[in-house]
Amino acid sequence: MSKTAEPKNAIEVTNLWKVFTSDARQIDFEDKQKLQELEDSDEDTVAVRDISFSVQKEEVFVVMGLSGSGKSTLIRCLLRLAEPSSGKININGWDVCNLDAEQLTEFRRKEAAMVFQHYGLLPHRNVLDNVAFGLKLQGIEKKERYERAMHWIERVGLTGFEHYYPAHLSGGMQQRVGIARALICNPPVLLMDEPFSGLDPLIRREMQDELVEIQDRVKTTIFFVTHDLDEGMRLGNRMAVMRKGRFVQVDTPDEILADPADEYVARFVQDKRTQIEKANKKKTTTSA
Amino acid sequence: MFPERWEYHVAEPINDLINWMLHTFQGLFDGISSTILTLLLFLNEVLTALPWWLYIVIVCVLAWVTTKSIITTIVLMTLPLVIGMFGLWELAVVTLSVILTAVIVSIVIGIPVGVLMAESNFIAGIVRPLLDLMQTMPSFVYLIPALMFFGLGRVPAVLATIIYSLPPVIRLTNLGLRQVSDDVQEAATSYGATRWQLLKEVRVPLAIPSILAGVNQTTMMALAMVVIASMIGGGGLGYEVLRSINRIDVGAGFEAGISVVILAVIIDRLTQGLAKRWEPPTV
Ligand SMILES: Nc1ncnc2c1ncn2[C@@H]1O[C@H](COP(=O)(O)OP(=O)(O)OP(=O)(O)O)[C@@H](O)[C@H]1O
Ligand SMILES: [Mg+2]
Repeated sequence: MSKTAEPKNAIEVTNLWKVFTSDARQIDFEDKQKLQELEDSDEDTVAVRDISFSVQKEEVFVVMGLSGSGKSTLIRCLLRLAEPSSGKININGWDVCNLDAEQLTEFRRKEAAMVFQHYGLLPHRNVLDNVAFGLKLQGIEKKERYERAMHWIERVGLTGFEHYYPAHLSGGMQQRVGIARALICNPPVLLMDEPFSGLDPLIRREMQDELVEIQDRVKTTIFFVTHDLDEGMRLGNRMAVMRKGRFVQVDTPDEILADPADEYVARFVQDKRTQIEKANKKKTTTSA
Repeated sequence: MFPERWEYHVAEPINDLINWMLHTFQGLFDGISSTILTLLLFLNEVLTALPWWLYIVIVCVLAWVTTKSIITTIVLMTLPLVIGMFGLWELAVVTLSVILTAVIVSIVIGIPVGVLMAESNFIAGIVRPLLDLMQTMPSFVYLIPALMFFGLGRVPAVLATIIYSLPPVIRLTNLGLRQVSDDVQEAATSYGATRWQLLKEVRVPLAIPSILAGVNQTTMMALAMVVIASMIGGGGLGYEVLRSINRIDVGAGFEAGISVVILAVIIDRLTQGLAKRWEPPTV
C-alpha cells in the first residue's frame, strides 16, 4: 500500500530535482561534481534544483518567481505531469514518486485537483460537462454528476451559462469553470498554476476575493503559483520566492517584506515597500 | 545487344511464391473475399432497391442539414437527375456500392490504425513508410496484387480500391489525434484520466474534424480509382468509360465521365459539410 498513515502536513517535498535532459540518461544526484557540470551545460535545463518544503493542512502556500524560474515545472511534478528526476514527494500520505500507473490515476482523482493558467477546458464540451468532467472520469452516473455540477456552477456564479461552450465565455468565466471543475472533486489539495494571470486587473481582484471566500468555506490546502507579488501577499499564509529552480526564501509575506533574504528578493519587494511607505506617510500627514 | 547469358528471370520463382501463398493462406484469402463480397452484395441490393427519387430526397436533406445553403442544396439535388438523363442510373448505383464498400472497409481498418500510430511512435515509424509507398505507387500497380490473389471480378476491384484509398484516413486520423492541444490533454490527465479515457473523451472527439476530412479524401480517392478498377472487373460507370475509350466513342465517354464527376461532387460536398458540423465551437 502506497498510502501511509495520515501525516501532519498536506504536502511534503524533499530534495526534489527536475532536469530536462536532451537525452534520457540517468543522473546521479549524489555526485556533486556531476551536478555542477549539469548546471553549466547548455543542452540540459535544471528547472527544479534540490527543493524541500512542506505545506500544512488548510494552508495557502504561494510560490512566487519570475518567468522561467521553474514554478510550473514544480507544480506539475506534484501530480507527476512532469516526471521528477529525483527526490521525494508526499501528499496526504501518498508517496507520489513511487506510484504505479493505476495508483497514480487514483491519486490524481482523489487527492488533488489543478487549475491551469490557460484553463485547459474541453472545447467540445459545454460548461456543465466541463465541470462534471472529473466525476465522469470516476465513473459517477450522469444524474449525480449534473446535480453536483449545477451546485458548483451556481457557487462560482455561472448559473445560466451551463450550456455555453468555453469559446463563448470570457477569460474570467472560463477560469470560473476551471475552478468549479477542480472543486467538484472535493480535493484535499488544490493546485493552482497562475490561475488569474490571463485576466484583467479588476476581474483578477474579484477572483482573488472569491478564492479567499471559497477557501474559508471548503478549507482545503492550496498550492498557488504566481509571478505577481501583490497576489501572493494577498492570498498566501506563507510564500516561497523561487529563482532559477531554487527556493531562495520561504516565509510569511510580512516577514519577506520586512526581511528579504537576499538581493534578488529585496529587488522583488522594493516597489511594494515604497508603496507601503508612501501610504503610511500619507496617513501620518493627514492624521497630524 | 545485352549478353544473353547474363539474363536471369524472376518471373518463375514469383509465380511459385504466389501459388504457394495462395495455397497456404487459402483460408485467409477466402475470408477476405467472402467478407468483401457479402458487404458489396448487401449494399448493392439495398442501393438498387431504393427508388430514384429517394436519392434526391436524401441528397436534399443532407445538403440542407450540412450546408444550410439553398443554392448548394438545389444544385446538389439537380445533379443526380443528369446521371438519370444519360441513362446511367443503374451503373451509377453499382459504382456507388463499390465505393461505399471500399470506404466502409477503409474506415474500419484506417481509423484504428491511425489511432495506434498516434498512440505509439514505434508503430507510426513502421506504418508511415508503408503509407508513403502506397501513395507514391501508380494506381495501376494495385491491380496486380488484387489480380494475383483474387483473379478478375468485383472483389479484386474493391480490394484494389481499398488499398489505394486507405492512406488518407490513416494519416489524418493520426494527425488529428496528435494535434490535440497539450494544455487540454494535460488538464484531463491531471484529473485522473486513464490513457483509454484520454483517447475516448478528449483526443478522438477533438480529432473528429480531421478524421472526417480523411474520410472525405478516402472517398475521393476511391472514386478516382473506379475507372482503373473497372479494368479488372469493377463494373459500373468505370467500365462504361473504359468501353468508350476502347471504341473511341468520345460522346459516351463524356457522359460516363461526367457522371463520375457528379458523384464525386455530391459526395465531396456532403462529407465536407458533415466534417464542418463536428468542429468544436470557436470564437
Ligand atoms: N518540457 C520541457 N522541456 C524542456 N525544458 C523545459 C520544459 N518545460 C520547461 N522547461 C524549461 O524549464 C524552465 C522552467 O520552466 P517553467 O515553465 O517551469 O517556468 P515558470 O516559472 O512556470 O515560468 P512562467 O512564469 O513563464 O510560466 C525553463 O527554462 C523552461 O525552458
Ligand atoms: Mg508557468
